Amino acid sequence: MTKVFIIGAGIHPFGRTPERSGLQQGVYAARQALADAGVRWRDVQFAYGGSDSAGNADTMVNELGLTGLPFINVSNGCATGGSALFGAYNAIKSGQFDLGMAVGFDKHPRGAFDPKPADWGLPDWYGETGLMLTTQFFAMKIQRYMAQYGISRMSLARVAEKAFNNGALTPHAWRRSPVDAQSILDAQMVSDPLTKFMFCSPAEGGVSLILASEKRARELGGAMIELKAVAVRSRPPGSFEVFSPALDIERGGSPTSIASRAAFEMAGIGPEEVHVAQLQDTESGAEIMHLAENGFCADGDQERWIADGRTQLTGALPVNTDGGCLACGEPIGASGLRQVYENVMQLGGRAGDRQVSGDPQVGYSHVYGAPGVSGVAILAR
Amino acid sequence: MTSLIPIAPDIFVEGSLSDPAGPQLLAGRHRESGRLVFPCPATGAEAAYEPYALARRGTLWSFTIQRFRPKSPPYAGPEAFEPYAVGYVELPGEIIVESRLTGIPFDRLRIGMPVRLTAQLLDFASGEQRIGFAFTADGNEQ
Repeated sequence: MTKVFIIGAGIHPFGRTPERSGLQQGVYAARQALADAGVRWRDVQFAYGGSDSAGNADTMVNELGLTGLPFINVSNGCATGGSALFGAYNAIKSGQFDLGMAVGFDKHPRGAFDPKPADWGLPDWYGETGLMLTTQFFAMKIQRYMAQYGISRMSLARVAEKAFNNGALTPHAWRRSPVDAQSILDAQMVSDPLTKFMFCSPAEGGVSLILASEKRARELGGAMIELKAVAVRSRPPGSFEVFSPALDIERGGSPTSIASRAAFEMAGIGPEEVHVAQLQDTESGAEIMHLAENGFCADGDQERWIADGRTQLTGALPVNTDGGCLACGEPIGASGLRQVYENVMQLGGRAGDRQVSGDPQVGYSHVYGAPGVSGVAILAR
Repeated sequence: MTSLIPIAPDIFVEGSLSDPAGPQLLAGRHRESGRLVFPCPATGAEAAYEPYALARRGTLWSFTIQRFRPKSPPYAGPEAFEPYAVGYVELPGEIIVESRLTGIPFDRLRIGMPVRLTAQLLDFASGEQRIGFAFTADGNEQ
């Protein structure tokens, strides 16, 4: 089977763009990715794309051209982008295609998501009585984790502070002003122990990646960034997920831990060989817990890691170098592909003011979301 | 209080709202694996689950405070909002159940504290009241 390379990447800035629909932001990103790869739309043999709440990705052909290509719409909740990448990766890996696109975009209304209990197989009372909030889940997961493993509220604040510092250096980020740790701690409490600056917000944006077989990538002659592994996993028994009226008494793993193990095995490398990582940071605590769930450290080590600055741009393992979801917001369909875009920029030495030093060779990305799905991608050059 | 309607017909073990020992939540027990689930799915002779009465007492597994009024729908509480506590309660050997917490000052909430189930009268924006469930500090501890 051929190796798979990412030969082009494009992004529409995240945040709020009233003058463009979600779909148009996806088209913007697609055009940028095509230009970056030096290919034309008619060279693209297939596409996988999706959004959560901004329409059908395949209608992009109206703007990009009616070439008749197979365009698969992907709808997989928070892992929509990761699943589009998974589809594109396998289409090339199988040898059936040489060149394809993964694209994701979204445009959400302001404020938190407002789910309907029936859509999640839950009774009405669960929503009516005020238990159906993603913010409560994240707060309770980190609250228990902090008590079990000695993580301080200051560490939660430091994660958000880093995100805004990195966002300030990132043209595609939404939040581009630094906020200091004390202001983050003192901000309005949303769901204890998390303040408003510790949560990301729904937003808008689009990302597109062009994938190619090794043969095609060499012909085109650009930077050779290999997509070493893509793994998507749903939840195993005993995991703790959003919108759970009850949990099994016997605690188990998480979709993240099994996706991570699968991706490392596929790539044939270990966590210690990763130079830069983008980890799902729906809120500050998620980045902390995901460091351990993805195998980068033991539970509880994060307190020291953060105090020592190991996850900052200048640290041993820079995490969420573009500010992550905290600074970019979370347009569901685009968010997982943004992480891969950022790794393409970092490995290519194209990340500008936020470029990590030391000539990074391996980039890791991890997207997670409801109702318990994780996607991991590992890039290397 | 027992003349009021519960938030759903199958939340409590039948008759437990008037039991002097206190109400009990109704779970479902998988007939083959023994796995407990809450709320209770459909039961009956053909169903995979059979009714199971959960323990009244447990310990607080995690918690948070809901500081802002949730969006309606799905939230059906009154417009006037007071922050409330929410937690997961570990019922030993059974299941970890999510619930409102009541009667415990926010600054006294601790993971591991003993709690027991109680009925909680809930106001709805429609003006009606229904009986929900909540856990409160267990008397033995207070």
